[in-house]
Amino acid sequence: MPTITLNKTVFEKLVGKELPLEQLKDRISMLGTDLEKIEGNEIHVEIFPNRPDLLSEQGFARAFSSFIGVKTGLRKYEVKKSGEKIIVDPSVSMRPYTACAIVKNLTFSEERIKEIMQVQEKLAVTFGRNRKKSAYGIYPIDKITFPVTYIAKDPSTVTFWPLGMEGNMNASEVLEKHPKGQTYKHLTESWKKYPFFIDAKQKVMCMLPFTNSHDTGKVDDDTKDVFVECTGNDLQNVQLALNIITTVLADMGGQIYSLDIEYPDKTITTPDLTPKKMDLDLSYINKLLGLKLGENKVKDLLEKMGFGYEKGEVLIPAYRADILHQADLVEDIAIAYGYENFEEEIPNVATIGEESQLEKLSRKIRDILIGLRLLEVKNYHLTTREDLNEKLNVEEDVIPLQNALGEHNHLRNKILSSLLKNLADNQHHEYPQNLFEIGRVFTSGKSETGIVEKEHLAVVLCHEKTDFTEVKQVLDTLMQSFGIEYEVKESSHPSYIKGRVGEIILDGKKVGVIGELHPTVIEKWGMLMPIVCLEMDVDLLLKVTL
Amino acid sequence: MDLQPLIAKLHPLERQVLPALKTETELTAICKKAGMQEVEVIRSLQWLENKEVLKINSKKIRIISLDKDGKTYKEHGLPEKIFLSTLTEEFKGLNIITKKSKLSRAEVNACIGLLKRKEAIDIQKEKDELSIKINDKGKELLKAASPEEDFLKLDFPLEESEIKDRTLIRDLSKRGILKIEERKIITVGLTPLGHELVAKDIVGEVVNRLTSKMLKDGSWKKKEFRSYDVEINVPKVYPGKKHFVNEAVEYIRSIWLEMGFKEMTGNYVQSAFWDLDALFVPQDHPAREMQDTFYLKGKAELPELWKKVKAAHENGGDTGSKGWQYTFSEDETKKILLRTHTTVLSAQTISHLKKEDLPAKFFAVGKVFRNEALDWKHLFEFYQVEGIVIDPDANLKHLKGYLTQFYKKMGYSKVRMRPAHFPYTEPSLEVDVFHPVKKEWIELGGAGIFRPEVIKPLLGFDCPVLAWGQGMGRIISEYWKITDIRDLYKNDLKQLREAKTWLR
Repeated sequence: MPTITLNKTVFEKLVGKELPLEQLKDRISMLGTDLEKIEGNEIHVEIFPNRPDLLSEQGFARAFSSFIGVKTGLRKYEVKKSGEKIIVDPSVSMRPYTACAIVKNLTFSEERIKEIMQVQEKLAVTFGRNRKKSAYGIYPIDKITFPVTYIAKDPSTVTFWPLGMEGNMNASEVLEKHPKGQTYKHLTESWKKYPFFIDAKQKVMCMLPFTNSHDTGKVDDDTKDVFVECTGNDLQNVQLALNIITTVLADMGGQIYSLDIEYPDKTITTPDLTPKKMDLDLSYINKLLGLKLGENKVKDLLEKMGFGYEKGEVLIPAYRADILHQADLVEDIAIAYGYENFEEEIPNVATIGEESQLEKLSRKIRDILIGLRLLEVKNYHLTTREDLNEKLNVEEDVIPLQNALGEHNHLRNKILSSLLKNLADNQHHEYPQNLFEIGRVFTSGKSETGIVEKEHLAVVLCHEKTDFTEVKQVLDTLMQSFGIEYEVKESSHPSYIKGRVGEIILDGKKVGVIGELHPTVIEKWGMLMPIVCLEMDVDLLLKVTL
Repeated sequence: MDLQPLIAKLHPLERQVLPALKTETELTAICKKAGMQEVEVIRSLQWLENKEVLKINSKKIRIISLDKDGKTYKEHGLPEKIFLSTLTEEFKGLNIITKKSKLSRAEVNACIGLLKRKEAIDIQKEKDELSIKINDKGKELLKAASPEEDFLKLDFPLEESEIKDRTLIRDLSKRGILKIEERKIITVGLTPLGHELVAKDIVGEVVNRLTSKMLKDGSWKKKEFRSYDVEINVPKVYPGKKHFVNEAVEYIRSIWLEMGFKEMTGNYVQSAFWDLDALFVPQDHPAREMQDTFYLKGKAELPELWKKVKAAHENGGDTGSKGWQYTFSEDETKKILLRTHTTVLSAQTISHLKKEDLPAKFFAVGKVFRNEALDWKHLFEFYQVEGIVIDPDANLKHLKGYLTQFYKKMGYSKVRMRPAHFPYTEPSLEVDVFHPVKKEWIELGGAGIFRPEVIKPLLGFDCPVLAWGQGMGRIISEYWKITDIRDLYKNDLKQLREAKTWLR
């Protein structure tokens, strides 16, 4: 999640009130953002992804000011008509939407330019999903001539001076040579043409989603009026981004002007800062929150969160991207009411607790094995292919993960490997080392995901005098405790000594293997102590005990 | 001083050795006198030393004993004497002499050298063979006993310091007749307490171990029981034990069971549909990207209700929501992954409920997976404690109530809720508990009320569902003072054997 850094002095000026440090910390946390730290004049805050409107000093201060009651209610932003237009060419199918605005009477300084760049960047990373969903550009208006066309072109036919480069360049070179080209070219892998903004004098303003042109797209201290464009593949997202950016610029003192965007099939006017309306059901809110709030109180609370309220309708600011349902209003009302003000309450509802049968059986097995002085271990479900196969003289189908970061990149199909690893790791400790684990194993099979999960029990006994009899005694005790009749049928298995391994049979079905490990296996684990073991299916055991 | 308590605790071995100490001070002598094995004597002497009855001294001495040849020569005479006695006053060939003497070639050679040095024989060389005769000096030598012979008559082994003629010892050991070894001599000196003790008449036979035989024949009645040193440290034994994490897990499970919750279980391998889409996580949510989630090959089968979930994402369907306003991808929802939260179990449980099942409460304590490299504060699999309350009358205060109760039982009496964000709950909250020792709030996990976009497609109607997914790693680590989270699953046997029991 993105973290923004606020200049405390600027922030407090925007908020219109200075709070004592502790109160400031508390209020920031209770607004629904995660305060990381306040260091000197810097406030570091983590913004949740549902509130892109808080990614700027202005946006954050706006919300905070309402929240602490300084300037509450819906903020009105006046949008004047600029009379200019943007023509959207049908060729931009790879990134079909744009929303644009003009903001005038701004004062720029180096600091302010940096601030705006930061807002744009944070917004593009989170709300724009790393420019995949949307990306944004700002241009000094005196460098461009309207109408501007949004059009896709073969990059080899376009030449311009990309921002940050030495001079003119063929647009096809941007992907390889421009830093942003290198970063974002993966988004455009299937594209043959690239979208550009080109002004009435055929000046290239930018190449999307990479960079502005140096000639028309460089804001400096002398800039007063700017053109803002947002482009992407989701019109709602693009419009919201524009609303967020323009309201920030307006909070910096700018005046917003709209433009007409002429799509091949329709014309829309952006930005549209008219608040959206949503019906409010008072009883729904009170029910979910367990409160008895009256209409006036709810109105107050909504205004603390920057909403407006008129006759049963909530007015949602145009920069809020997260109000999909009335439930979202419930949350904002709860935040305004104060999460700390909710009393805890245990309702008088009778329900009957019930333990899972499998967990219960596992618990019983654990008790019995502990009675036999076995020690329980607990291993990861992810392990290496080598541990599961080569180190046990077998070659079985084990399930790989597609993208594991570490060396543990297969799902285990048995627990035995994990226990042998434990023995190998603990050779410096006292013997006997008699261990067990109950846990999940994975094999390919018929299920929704093509993977079948089973609960297994594995036991290893490891000391100088251990033998098959000892491990069979463990099995015997266990089965007898559950009153289960079973048999062990001699079999052969590459992990075990010939003639000292058997299948555990329950109701005619194979449920496990018991035996004395082959010295070649013991050697592969780097050990010098005899090991006997058993591994069996607990799910099948459960079926028999039920 | 009253010796009775001391006497009562004496081990049978100590009782057996004590009389011997009246007269003997050296270990072998004590063994002989007491009629005991050396190991038994040493052990009992050490016990007695601990009781300050005596002091054990040991010193190193050099002991001379007969080597293999030495033993033969002591019995049959020295070879030079035998050789000399086979000689006559006339020169005889060496072969004949050797044969007659029955000595080995090597011994003969040694004898010639030795006797030559003592000028006891004359030697001349004829053709290629030596011939030898005895001379006058030789005859004298033959009559008298040599110092070597005298020496061999002594009783061996003996202490080197008792012998004055060091040259003799050196010569004989060079010839392989003697060997000299260092030996530790153990002697015992009684303390004043010891003198007092040995003067007492100590009954040798006391009951050490009560046996079934004694009980059967009643022989214990005539015997005295030896007192044990009950304060002494005993050797460690290791019990069979639950893994300490499971102790905590079982306790956590018992809390929810006591509070009337039913246990949910389910698969670790899930479809993106159940793990994410059914929970209204937008398909382009950053957390769904490869680096956070473990993906597996293949495409999952979808349940019938997937279309309702799709509609909720695209435009809200019949949930009253606007939805995410995008085109839902079937490929994305069919992806297979390792569950990233136990909330997937809640989604599945809710999908099986009917109106008449309500109100209902469920919990799960289960492993979840995140694609992270292992380090001291990250695990790729860890426990989550999940709970849901499906109750038409549920509200946010109840959520705080359930969690406060739970954490009270976990040892944290103060619980705080803070606003947070999760795509599937609204309101969403972060749960903190107040650490009573560190005096600070610690963050333990998320909670909230499921969104209608989650509930309606799964349940068929809207109903408040309180939900939480809490991490337990911090509480568990803290209880066992674990600072590196990997130590939870290190399976070090010493750690497991010695881990204290979960006492909450």
